[in-house]
Amino acid sequence: MQLIAEDLAIDRGARRVIDGLSFAVKAGEALLLTGPNGAGKTTLLRTLAGYIRPFRGLVRVEGGDDELTVAEQAHVVGHTNAVKLSLSVAENAGFWNSYLDGGADAELRVDAALRHFGLEDLSEFPAAYLSAGQKRRLGLARLLVARRPVWLLDEPTASLDTASSERLAAAVNDHTNSGGLAVIATHLPLALERARTLNLAAQKVPA
Amino acid sequence: MKSFWALLHRDVTLAIREGGAIGTALGFFLVVVSLMPLGLGPDLNLLSRIAAGILWIALLLAALLSLNRIFEADHEDGTLDVLATGPLPLELVTAAKSLAHWVTTGIPLAIMAPVLGILLNLDLAAYPILVATTLVGTPAVSFLGAIGAALTMKTRRGGLLLALIVLPLYVPTLIFGISAVSAGAGPTGLAASFLILAAISLVTIVLGPLAAAAALKVHLQ
Repeated sequence: MQLIAEDLAIDRGARRVIDGLSFAVKAGEALLLTGPNGAGKTTLLRTLAGYIRPFRGLVRVEGGDDELTVAEQAHVVGHTNAVKLSLSVAENAGFWNSYLDGGADAELRVDAALRHFGLEDLSEFPAAYLSAGQKRRLGLARLLVARRPVWLLDEPTASLDTASSERLAAAVNDHTNSGGLAVIATHLPLALERARTLNLAAQKVPA
Repeated sequence: MKSFWALLHRDVTLAIREGGAIGTALGFFLVVVSLMPLGLGPDLNLLSRIAAGILWIALLLAALLSLNRIFEADHEDGTLDVLATGPLPLELVTAAKSLAHWVTTGIPLAIMAPVLGILLNLDLAAYPILVATTLVGTPAVSFLGAIGAALTMKTRRGGLLLALIVLPLYVPTLIFGISAVSAGAGPTGLAASFLILAAISLVTIVLGPLAAAAALKVHLQ
């Protein structure tokens, strides 16, 4: 399968943020979006996820489930973690597992996801007591509680320490190795296999 | 359907654990109703005549207090974005959240209404009817309220705007709720008002989530 963007033009306010951008990300590949602040990384990711309707162009998944929209085949992790502070760590992960229809062996999946991001010892804690980095890891654990072929990650390493960034990179590598694809907006280099980089600043058409 | 129940369960758990919204609504209901006899004087006949009206108006205002949190909290922490990518259409997301609001606010208020009826010397015969009408009428309060909550989700301090949008929509529920409880209506009048009240709730349960989902789609852009 592949995620295809065709001739995208996206407006935010009165400003054309992205113009004439086309790319394809194949299964097993990760695409890193780079560029200075305001280059349109978040806008592009939100467009790929279907939240923002592009002014022109099309986003589609080829070879996926035709019944589903791109968003329904994707995990979207934005700047916010989608973590409920008064639920425990395990309840947060468990909720996303059942809401996103994680399939059979729910408990195993949730445990494995928490273990991957080093949260297994905190699973009974209310999320309110977690540090910013731990909340981020809990937000990222959502990637593993239900299987979805497309990952759209916006600054996933924000407030993560080095060890956690490596765990994230490992999760992305596992995902691409098993036939998934990922689009990641980031400022920090991630140790990814088979990653291409798309610099949005270089794409910019002079006004 | 599993996602629907998961969302409903989570919202009810959150409401019970955080407690604030239910407590505020019940407390507000109590305070408003108990102020009435103080303001109107100890005329028991007057009080029992207007009891149904006071209870219904106070109940609507109390429910209004908790409406703005239906979507706001989920919007702030990014949960709403993820809910929108789930297997559930946005219409069912708003339906689950409205239903959770009814379970955690509408039902407690409906149960509390007869207790407060004592303060207003409500006719004894009217108690079962009061419980029945408030239970049947409050789904409209939650499902109509969700439309207002979705529209004002991103507005800073949108509470007042929410009240302006939602309160006029509550007028039919209020009219038929009161007329069902009022002793003067008689058996035929009661049945008619009660059935219309039920019809209003059923219509809002169907249409409210559609309207709320349309408003959310605009906000997610």
